[in-house]
Formats: sequence, C-alpha cells, structure tokens
Amino acid sequence: MRVGANLIAGIGLSVFFLALAGVSLVWTPYDVTLLVVGDRLQPPSQAHWLGTDHFGRDILSMIMVGARTSIAVALIAVGVGVIFGVPLGLFAAAMRGSLADEIVMRGNDLVFAFPALVIAILITAIFGPGAVNAIIAIGIFNIPVFARVARGAALSVWTREFIMAARLSGKGSAHISFEHILPNIANTLIVQATIQFSLGILAEAGLAYVGLGAQPPQPSWGRMLAEAQTMIALAPHVAIIPGLTIVLMVLGLNLFGDGLRDYLDPRLRERRP
Amino acid sequence: MAVFVLKRLASLLASLLFASLAIFLVLEVLPGDPAAFMLGLNAAPDTVAALREQLGLTAPLPQRYFGWLAGMTVGDFGISYTYRVPVSDLIGARVQVSVPLAAYALTLSTLIAIPVGAIAASARNTPLDAGIMGMTQLGVALPNFWFAMLLVLVFSVGLRWFSAGGFPGWDDPFAAMRALTLPAVALALPQAAILARVMRSSLLDTLDQEYMRTARAKGLSQGQALRRHALRNALIPVLTIMGLQFSFLLAGAIIIENVFFLPGLGRLVFQAISARDLVVVRSVVMLLVFAVVTVNFLVDFTYALVDPRLRRPVS
Repeated sequence: MRVGANLIAGIGLSVFFLALAGVSLVWTPYDVTLLVVGDRLQPPSQAHWLGTDHFGRDILSMIMVGARTSIAVALIAVGVGVIFGVPLGLFAAAMRGSLADEIVMRGNDLVFAFPALVIAILITAIFGPGAVNAIIAIGIFNIPVFARVARGAALSVWTREFIMAARLSGKGSAHISFEHILPNIANTLIVQATIQFSLGILAEAGLAYVGLGAQPPQPSWGRMLAEAQTMIALAPHVAIIPGLTIVLMVLGLNLFGDGLRDYLDPRLRERRP
Repeated sequence: MAVFVLKRLASLLASLLFASLAIFLVLEVLPGDPAAFMLGLNAAPDTVAALREQLGLTAPLPQRYFGWLAGMTVGDFGISYTYRVPVSDLIGARVQVSVPLAAYALTLSTLIAIPVGAIAASARNTPLDAGIMGMTQLGVALPNFWFAMLLVLVFSVGLRWFSAGGFPGWDDPFAAMRALTLPAVALALPQAAILARVMRSSLLDTLDQEYMRTARAKGLSQGQALRRHALRNALIPVLTIMGLQFSFLLAGAIIIENVFFLPGLGRLVFQAISARDLVVVRSVVMLLVFAVVTVNFLVDFTYALVDPRLRRPVS
C-alpha cells in the first residue's frame, strides 16, 4: 500500500515543530526573557534569523518556546477529550437506544452549544486568564466531539459477528467495549485526535490573542501576534512570522490526519471533505 | 410536520434551560460571593453589602435563577455594575456590529464556497480540482485574526482602500458596510475553505446516485443534470455545516473585533471580564449560546423542509 504525499508532508511538518518545541527545552538561540531594547524590531539577519520584536527579543527563540505552549495546550486538551469523551461514547453505544444513551447524547448537544471561546470566557471571568484555562476550555469542547465519534464508530462494530461471539462467551458490555470495540475504533479515534489537535492549536492561538490564554512572560504564538498588531506597518515580519508558523503547524497536522485516514481506509479517499 | 417542529422546539427550550442553569451556576456559585468577587480584595464591607443588595444576592439561589430567567424573557438583563446602565442597552448597541458582521461573513463564505466546491467536484481529479483542494487546505489552516492583520497590511496600510479599524455607525450604511468588509472577508475565507470541501464531497456523492444516471439517460447533459438535480441534493449536508459554522463565525467575530477595534459584543465581554462585571459576562454568554442553539434549530427545521424523509419519526 502506497504511503501518500500528504502523509509524508504532514509527518515532516508535524515532526519539525515537535522537534522545535523539544529542542527549546534545552536550548534556544537567545534567552526569551532577555530584553535588548537597542536591538528592537530588527529584520531577519545572521544574528537573529527571524529578526527581533519590539522588546529586542529573538523571534526564533520565542517561536521555539511558543511551540511548547501551543503543543502542550492542544495536546492536553485532546487528552481531556479522549479520556472523558471516548468512555462516554462507548457507554452510549453499549446502551444504544436506551434512556442513558439519549441522556449522554443530549448532554453532548448541550456542550456543543458552547463554543470553546465561550467556555473560555466563562472560566476566565472567574479564575482569570492562563494556559490552564485554555486547556480546560478546549478540552471541554473536545469531549462531545470524541463521544460522538466513538459512539458512531462503536455502533457499527457492535453489529459484527465477533462481538456476538464475545457476548455468547459471557462477557459483559463494559468488558466488550474496552476489549473488543475500542481496538477496532482506534484508527478512527486517532484520526479524530489529529484533527482536534490542529483545531486546538488554532483555538489556543485565538484565546492567547484575545488575552484569555497563556500570560506574559510565557511566550505564545497567539500573544506574539497580539503584541505585533500595533507594529504591523513598522515591522511586518513581527506579525507575519508567528502567523505563518501557526499556518504551517496546522497545515502539517491536517495533512497528517488526512494522509493517515487515506492510509488506514483508502476506499473513500476521493469523497472526503 | 407539526409533531416534528414541536419536538424540536421542546428540545430547543430544554437546551436553553440547561445552558442557562450551567451559566448561572458557574458565575453565581463558583466565585463564592459574586459581590465580593466583583469588588475585589480591598472593598469595604458596607460597599459589598450594598452591591449584594443591588444585585439581589440576598434572595435564595433558586429565586435568583428564576428571576434572571423571567427578566431575560422580557429583555431585562439586569444593570451593569461597571457601566451603571441596563445591560440590554449595552448589548443592543453592540449587537448592531457583531450580528451584521457574522451575517456578512456567512453570506460571503456561502457565495464563495458553493460555486468553488461545485467547480472542484465537476472537475474531479483534474489539476483544477487539485489546485482548489490545495487552496482550501491552506484556508482551513489560516487563523482568521492573523489573516485579518494581513488584510490590514495590504488593503489599509499598503493600498489605503479601507480604514484599518473603527466603526462609523449605521447612520451612513455605505460607510458601515465598508468598515465591516475587511473583517467579514477575514472571517469568511477560512470558513469558505471548509464549506467548499464539504460542498465538493457532497456533490461527488450525489453525482453517483441512480437518479443522476436516469437524468443523463433522459438526455440531459452532465451540466444540466448537475444544475437541476445534483446541486439541490448536495446542499443538504452543506446546510448542516453552515449551521455548525455559525457558532464558529460568532466566536470568530468576537476575536476579529479586536483586530479592527470594532465596538461589538467581543469588546464588551472582554472589558467586562477585566472589570469583573459578571452581570454583563453572564448576559453576553447566554446571548451567544442562545444564538448558536437557535440557529441549529432553524437549520434542522429547514433541513426538514428540504428533505421530507427527515420529518418521519425514526424507528
């Protein structure tokens, strides 16, 4: 089976940004807390590959450390969605047609009515802004997504013969859900996780941009954009570089997700939105 | 049809009730004493007591919740603690910016996405299709607020065609629309990318249906069959996605308002958060949720109008 170009490009971009975040843990070209006002708004040069911002901070170093914030927030939010959403979806599928199924699904619809931004507004109004609140807001938004996908995928597995065999051997619903259903819907869940990861990166950037996410001095791509906004006419690179970074990271994850889906289930390749 | 509408209406009301309860509990119970929270640490006890009185916090919790609900049904959202004016006045002024912005963006996004998606589908597996799909892939990855900044850089700073921000009010509708154009484009294009992809895949599905083969066998050309039969059927999933996108557009509008300094709901709610004005936060959040839930109800309703099969009860 051929590995698609999408998948390769997606893996390449995703690994690049993960590596960037990883390297920033031990090394960055400059200290991101170092303010050198004399060097402010420098264009890209040999000393500063991506230039400097209005405080003279090295943009490449900030992008590297910012990658850590974005990836951590989006990844943990996916984790929250999976940990709470998948068992809910499996439970609803196991109880399909019952009142419990109905309650879980209506609860899902209800959470769906709250966009991540609205949840973030509610949480921030009480607890103040911060990266943790961004995780909670995006995580809560992810729960119904995973519950719905898990339920849908699980329902079709429940009709298969080997599940019948498992039931005849006396296994209970919970046992079957985790031992037989979950491994069979793992592919679907992994693809969904990639999509939610990329949506999480976008959402984190948006929240940080409006001041509901990571707070100074913690670098974050969204906040870099917020700070660059007033200087866009003066030094466009300060706004262009963080934005382009977000686009490439999200594009990488989307290509990775699409490629993975095609690789795991090539039959419907042409049809997908 | 009547049963279908009544059932959906009941579930709409239930959703709104639960959502209001969730918002009420988060903002009234989590901070402990909302009055003390809103005034901060250094407030004098008698000031807190006065605000408690003003906010009606002396009443028991259920009475406050139902009082809030009853007020909202007649358009009374309470008095803003920072602005000292009715919240409904504050919201009324802001809605005139945010809602037209979201609607403008939705219109643009639909006008772009449907033809683009249809062209990609009818040119399937050609370089044109691949090019369109590549562009949409890029559009999906675009943060709208960053795209907005690029638009400002090109069309305001560079070409000077539009102002970089601000809103002149609706007295001059032409100037108002002009001020909303860049924000609407910034909001619309990333959404159009998603919608065009849905349109393409939905049209590809209908192109293989038997009624399409029948239409071709009757002597219609591919283009005629597409226009007369496939398009209408392909629009059904597109409509659903448009409903879901409305909540993203509204959230996006709130963020985009920051780029263009537009006096909309977003600016109001972010100022309210920093001023700890929970009365305003609660009302704006409830309004946003109300908009999302209601639009999805309308989509379901339209869906049933377009496709009679969906009105039948599911066994």
